[in-house]
Amino acid sequence: MSAATNETSLTGADIVLKALRDQGVEVIFGYPGGAVLPIYDALFQQNDIRHILVRHEQAALHAAEGYARSTGKVGVVLVTSGPGATNAVTGLTDALMDSIPIVCLSGQVATHLIGNDAFQECDTTGITRPCTKHNYLVKDVNNLARTLHEAFYVAKNGRPGPVVIDIPKDVQFAEGTYRSPADSMPKSYRPQVKPDLNRVEEAIDLLAKAKRPIFYVGGGVINAGPVASQLLTQFVRMTGYPCTTTLMGLGAYPASDRQWLGMLGMHGTYEANLAMHGCDVMVCIGARFDDRVTGKVSEFSPNSVKIHVDIDPSSINKNVRVDVPIIGDAAHVLEDMIRIWKARGKQADKAALAEWWEQIEFWRARDCLRYDKTPKIIKPQYALERLRAAISGRDDVYITTEVGQHQMWAAQFLPFDKPNHWMTSGGLGTMGYGLPAAIGAQVAHPDALCIDVAGEASILMNIQEMATALQYRLPVKVFILNNQYMGMVRQWQELLHGGRYSESYSEALPDFVKLADAFGGVGLRATEVSQVDDVIAEMIKVKRPVIVDMCVDQKENCFPMIPGGRAHNEMLLGPDEKVENATPEDGMVLV
Amino acid sequence: MTARPSPFASTAIERHTISILVDNEPGVLARVIGLFSGRGYNIESLTVAEVDRDATLSRVTIVTSGTPMIIEQIKAQLGRLVPVHRVHDLTLEGPFVERETALVKVAGTGEKRVEALRLADVFKARVVDATITSFVFEITGQGEELDRFIGLMAELGLVGVSRTGVVAMSRGPGGI
Repeated sequence: MSAATNETSLTGADIVLKALRDQGVEVIFGYPGGAVLPIYDALFQQNDIRHILVRHEQAALHAAEGYARSTGKVGVVLVTSGPGATNAVTGLTDALMDSIPIVCLSGQVATHLIGNDAFQECDTTGITRPCTKHNYLVKDVNNLARTLHEAFYVAKNGRPGPVVIDIPKDVQFAEGTYRSPADSMPKSYRPQVKPDLNRVEEAIDLLAKAKRPIFYVGGGVINAGPVASQLLTQFVRMTGYPCTTTLMGLGAYPASDRQWLGMLGMHGTYEANLAMHGCDVMVCIGARFDDRVTGKVSEFSPNSVKIHVDIDPSSINKNVRVDVPIIGDAAHVLEDMIRIWKARGKQADKAALAEWWEQIEFWRARDCLRYDKTPKIIKPQYALERLRAAISGRDDVYITTEVGQHQMWAAQFLPFDKPNHWMTSGGLGTMGYGLPAAIGAQVAHPDALCIDVAGEASILMNIQEMATALQYRLPVKVFILNNQYMGMVRQWQELLHGGRYSESYSEALPDFVKLADAFGGVGLRATEVSQVDDVIAEMIKVKRPVIVDMCVDQKENCFPMIPGGRAHNEMLLGPDEKVENATPEDGMVLV
Repeated sequence: MTARPSPFASTAIERHTISILVDNEPGVLARVIGLFSGRGYNIESLTVAEVDRDATLSRVTIVTSGTPMIIEQIKAQLGRLVPVHRVHDLTLEGPFVERETALVKVAGTGEKRVEALRLADVFKARVVDATITSFVFEITGQGEELDRFIGLMAELGLVGVSRTGVVAMSRGPGGI
């Protein structure tokens, strides 16, 4: 970029648009208001960047997350001051917990009014400080371009996360100088991407000597780009070792592969959890030993040497002590691991590995996801199995979820063979995530099949986004597993609170078919097994937004389950297992 | 199968003095403090002031306590804050000096007043304000030294104390 371009004087609003263009932004999700009108005016006068008008700012964040997770790009959001910013907080926290790169621009009252309790004023940087990776208040228009570029750098480098830029209205009107991205590197913040090779050598040594090894893989591998997933798959196959993934890591390793043990953790598979418990060498790549994964920390994988690969040094030794920490980008580390494994002529201990697989196959034979088939009542698992059958073989399917039982069933029953095709609120567990996230994914992939697997309670938290789907002709499919309960809450009340279903039954649900109709979409319903396939086929065929009301067994619980405060080898496999004292007293306080 | 013994096995609570170089920009202190309160870490003392005007850098000195694993977490969490340039654990990195200043106001007359002045002399505290009935002493030293002086003054008419918190620096020629 020439010096002359750099010196062009532009209004703050035009600087915002130019910076977004220079960052390669094609679409932003937002909602206008008084404090961002100048930016909306600049948006109106250009055609490069598309704006998707959501119906609630929280949904703008989730849509941007869906966009980011399905493309690997930074999701961009534009909201106004005050309530616009506070409504964004849930989405920002969600993106922070799940390490999703987001740049969120918020309007702010004019600089001379800041601190005066002006109309629609809030302390946006104060409120969002703990729920963003970083945030900025730009008081001088001449710092605006640099700050915007820096925000993109921070959002996507290192462990990704959301960044807020708060822009007072007078700064949007003021004229200032533009700076190019190359001219705007931050003074600090240089995350380490290349690992310490001595540590990688050490890890490879341990791995080659392992008798009962396991790969434990998280969303960090997906964040490191598709190449990281390819390298992971290559390395896992090269070693012949078993691999399990977290909820966030689904798709990093092909689910159809025999070496994949399924998801691990609270509702993970029997074989994955027992393999974690019994392994002697664990390689954790891009996961963070979350409490949903570890169960009782003091009894987590008690006899293993732990290798932990993460780009964020603060993830290492946070919950679980590890023996070989490797700081770096997953793709770089995996590349080095493969190279060193080959160069040192390493081989798995064939005899020990055969024995290990025999043990794992024994666990796998328990068929832990088995459920009772019923002739008439639709089991939620059955509905998802039929959905899986209907979408199998397609690689243009993007699945999002809300939060609860349906989310766990979706993770257990749907096939994820590729990264970036699965979007769920893992860390924060945000009900209302799925529909806007599906909208975001559909905006990025207009011809793909984007399905929000939902519960009837969660979907009502952001149901207004049906209007967004209709406005932009986004044919998202909302696949509601309707059991009329907040199912996961009910399940915990059943297991831990003596079956006292306090406030977890939804007394006055809308008719979801009519609701779809009212929004201008298509509503479909199945109430018995014989209707399931037809409804799914129709849902996929219709090229418009669809709500499917899948009326499922109200009492079905999600198994397997590691109750709070229990270890991996203390799973409940089904309703027949003794549930009294499912959770020890000290586990009751756990969420 | 074992790797090297973990340095984080100990559950003993240790006191660490941590020096951080940060961009002197709005909100940076709130970020540091928010990190400690949000994650439940202890702050025994925190001081901050700009140390390089041209580069707009501030130096923060934090005295904290926790198990070795917690201390490691604190440093890693500080290190990933965007405006943080460097994090040094002075306690781990070799000998260092730690100093703190206190202003101590003592009011009284007669023998107590004389004794307060005499003890101030012993502790090399300076008189920075005096009236017929009061003194303000300035004392600089290690924290425990200040504690001892303040403890003695408590019996001699202590009115109030203002302490700066700890500043610290490694010994020898090396910089942060």
